[in-house]
Amino acid sequence: MNQWEVVIGIETHAQLATVSKIFSGASTAFGAEANTQACAVDLALPGVLPVLNKKAVECAIRFGLAIGAKVAEKSIFARKNYFYPDLPKGYQISQFELPVVVGGAITVQVGSGDKAYEKTINLTRAHLEEDAGKSLHEDFHGKSGIDLNRAGTPLLEIVTEPDMRSSEEAVAYARALHALVQWIGICDGNMQEGSFRCDANVSVRRPGQPFGTRREIKNLNSFRFLKEAIDFEVQWQINEIVEGRKIQQATVLFDPDTGETRTMRTKEDAHDYRYFPDPDLLPLVIGADWIERVRGELPELPAQKRERFQSELGLSAYDASTLTASQEIADFFESTVAVAGKASAKPCANWVMVDLAARLNKDGKEVAQSPVSAQQLGGLILRIVDNTISNNIAKKVFEALWNGEGATADEIIDKQGLKQITDTGAIEAIVDEVLAANAANVAEFKAGKEKAFNALVGQVMKSAKGKANPQQVNELLKKKLAG
Amino acid sequence: MINTGLKELSQALAAKKISSVELSSLFLDRIERLNPDLNAFVTVDREKSLKSAADADARLAAGTAGALTGIPIAQKDIFCAEGWTTTCGSKMLANFVAPYDATVIEKLHAQAGMVSLGKTNMDEFAMGSSNETSYFGPVKNPWDRTRVPGGSSGGSAAAVAARLAPVATGTDTGGSIRQPAGLCNLTGLKPTYGVVSRYGMIAYASSLDQGGPMAQSAEDCALLLNAMAGFDPRDSTSLERPAEDYARDLDKPLAGLRIGLPKEFFAAGCDAGVMAAVQAAIKEYEKLGAAIVDVSLPNSHLSVPAYYVIAPAEASSNLSRYDGVRFGYRAPEYGNLDDMYMKTRAQGFGAEVKRRILIGAYVLSHGYYDAYYLQAQRIRRLIANDFVEAFKSCDVIMGPTSPTTAFRLGEKSADPVQMYLSDIYTIAVNLAGLPGMSVPCGFADDLPVGLQLIGNYFDEARLLGVAHRYQMATDWHRRLPGGID
Repeated sequence: MNQWEVVIGIETHAQLATVSKIFSGASTAFGAEANTQACAVDLALPGVLPVLNKKAVECAIRFGLAIGAKVAEKSIFARKNYFYPDLPKGYQISQFELPVVVGGAITVQVGSGDKAYEKTINLTRAHLEEDAGKSLHEDFHGKSGIDLNRAGTPLLEIVTEPDMRSSEEAVAYARALHALVQWIGICDGNMQEGSFRCDANVSVRRPGQPFGTRREIKNLNSFRFLKEAIDFEVQWQINEIVEGRKIQQATVLFDPDTGETRTMRTKEDAHDYRYFPDPDLLPLVIGADWIERVRGELPELPAQKRERFQSELGLSAYDASTLTASQEIADFFESTVAVAGKASAKPCANWVMVDLAARLNKDGKEVAQSPVSAQQLGGLILRIVDNTISNNIAKKVFEALWNGEGATADEIIDKQGLKQITDTGAIEAIVDEVLAANAANVAEFKAGKEKAFNALVGQVMKSAKGKANPQQVNELLKKKLAG
Repeated sequence: MINTGLKELSQALAAKKISSVELSSLFLDRIERLNPDLNAFVTVDREKSLKSAADADARLAAGTAGALTGIPIAQKDIFCAEGWTTTCGSKMLANFVAPYDATVIEKLHAQAGMVSLGKTNMDEFAMGSSNETSYFGPVKNPWDRTRVPGGSSGGSAAAVAARLAPVATGTDTGGSIRQPAGLCNLTGLKPTYGVVSRYGMIAYASSLDQGGPMAQSAEDCALLLNAMAGFDPRDSTSLERPAEDYARDLDKPLAGLRIGLPKEFFAAGCDAGVMAAVQAAIKEYEKLGAAIVDVSLPNSHLSVPAYYVIAPAEASSNLSRYDGVRFGYRAPEYGNLDDMYMKTRAQGFGAEVKRRILIGAYVLSHGYYDAYYLQAQRIRRLIANDFVEAFKSCDVIMGPTSPTTAFRLGEKSADPVQMYLSDIYTIAVNLAGLPGMSVPCGFADDLPVGLQLIGNYFDEARLLGVAHRYQMATDWHRRLPGGID
């Protein structure tokens, strides 16, 4: 693998969160009975004409601003001509030569821990287009059914440069983009319903050589499939080359059941789409005033938050990146800090990223559904920081909060008597008791067995029901054993 | 009543001299009698028409009538009309019943209260200059039934010329209102692109298509355009402009009017008889106080070739929706999906439509797009600029509508290029998006000759005034063909 470099570019179709379709007034709601959300325009009846939905344009502007791209003053809708039963007009209205968003970049965090690094993925463009309908091949006794509810749903197709060099980078980018489009409210991100789907252009080459021939894996609707498909494809391409065959430019499909990609069509049978400007639509002109109005409505973006978490709260790049993976996580963290105080940002970060995340994961819950609110967690962290309770006790309190045993950490600490023992005299009494009762351990320790010390600490904590201040216990034990 | 203009019909209806039901019945009876030979209408529905007429009479009685309420009209079968079979002259849509009204139909029927007498024959998908490409057979010219009425609005033209309807709608992509109006002795207006909504008007070439009135006089055109025109949010190319009264300049004197005569329209290639009638009309205008100015449209010879790239390109895409999947014709027998498409389209479209789809697909295809489509768009701009230049020195441009009078059925149908050249004077106007008219100006060998008037953008009212003053001074437009009693 080492002598091969992987090159990946990604095209994403993000379904825009508009109420109505991009060129008609029909609803975009998911899951309605087939063909009940297709009006005369969606059905492409003779004589109908498209009218552009301004909300879809606004989504494109938001996206362009969020990635630091140029929002084109003038862009053009073009017709992409091909025949398919779920494409009612025989052409898809898209943008070709002049897209609405040009350039821009997304910086992502790849990997974790020591191996984590930042990578900036450049975007080529993003353009507006309409979705096709759906062909249903089951349940029609050998015929196909067509559902045009989805026909005309607005999409933003987001295209990167071939900047990614591994499936990890591809997934990191896809996750960051997925978070961003939801963050700025332009896409619900629902991958099961097809609101966010990726095509990966994959090629391999020897480092320093020109790009290899790429194959495009279509319609990947989960991050896991994205990774598996790329990994399989890369290995397949390397094998082909090693065995002396040439890669043919092709469109391929990933089969999640076999974990393999298979060729759908090659360049030879590629369509000539006969693109030309759609004469039914005027050029899309976006004035500076419109852009500025949308800019004013944008929330603080993940990149800005990441920057602020580092500069203002002293978090590491990795922590800042993890905490801005979604707006919900970032909001939860910020609300926690608001209670616990900025000086406690680091413990807040740890609690949100580690303890809360693990607990949510265990119950299969999203942060928005957390039974422990940010205010409760903040209150808990306050008691750790002021030494009212130890970290271990805090975990108990957290679990109690999770189970609804109290409204606040303080209430649970009081009710369950979990307040930490910091009175030196009280701790000393327990220590003496433990030393007297565990002569064997004491002897072992004195014989040089460091482990015996830990056993004694454990005994003290056990006698104190975990409430003794661990630092004081340590100090006292050391002093007594040395004496 | 059958030779009466809209204003008089309106007055007669308002004065209860005749009811809309009576008036409509009069025309429906004429259609029943004369249409079997002329073939101007493809769909007539007496019951439906008389129901509209009764509704109109109710409005007239209730005092909620407008200027055109109760007046019958023939609708070109390119306009979708709810509940009416809307065929566009094609086998592909022979059984298509429109589930909605085109904006033009909505305005004329629901709003103005006019009575649709039926749907008129036309070249298939408006592709043709003789009405011979219609799936429903050619229309005969009432002036000589061995001759074509022109196209593509040939059914509308023949219907009004034979007084099967007092007035009709048409559409004009390369001359389809003006040329048949000229060949049938009618007054027809193609408005500035964007003045009349295209919503519900079945698309041929979207950037060129424009609906307009076909009538017995310029005055009637003005009154009908008042009801047809206006901004429509359902058509993105519709122009958002304040409403205007297109009849406002009808009585404006012509003194001081500058008429531009493009030398290219008066060169070889036009029949002598046509030219003589056009020259005589220009003399008449001089008598009425207009001044003649020589102008030039140096790129006009490129208009036919540019048009036959742009229009087929758009058509090839516009007509992709006729695939047999959701509505319209589907081949009765087929194998797989591709076979279904091929058989459906091979059987459902006629030869001229298939020819233009092939040309259009070719000029848009990879490797040819720049040489054909983009080049044609450049020429289109040059042609538009020619007019901008010309209008710096004149107010109206005049010339022949067509190079010949009505030709014989079958005379040009074997030679598409000869057929295409019959629109040589009209096509540039569509490419530039300007308003243009055809006005009866005499006869050559007993066949009508049309004078073409071209105005600057949004100069419909002026054009109509210029035509009206001429019609006050001449009676060519009042002449009727024989055999229509």
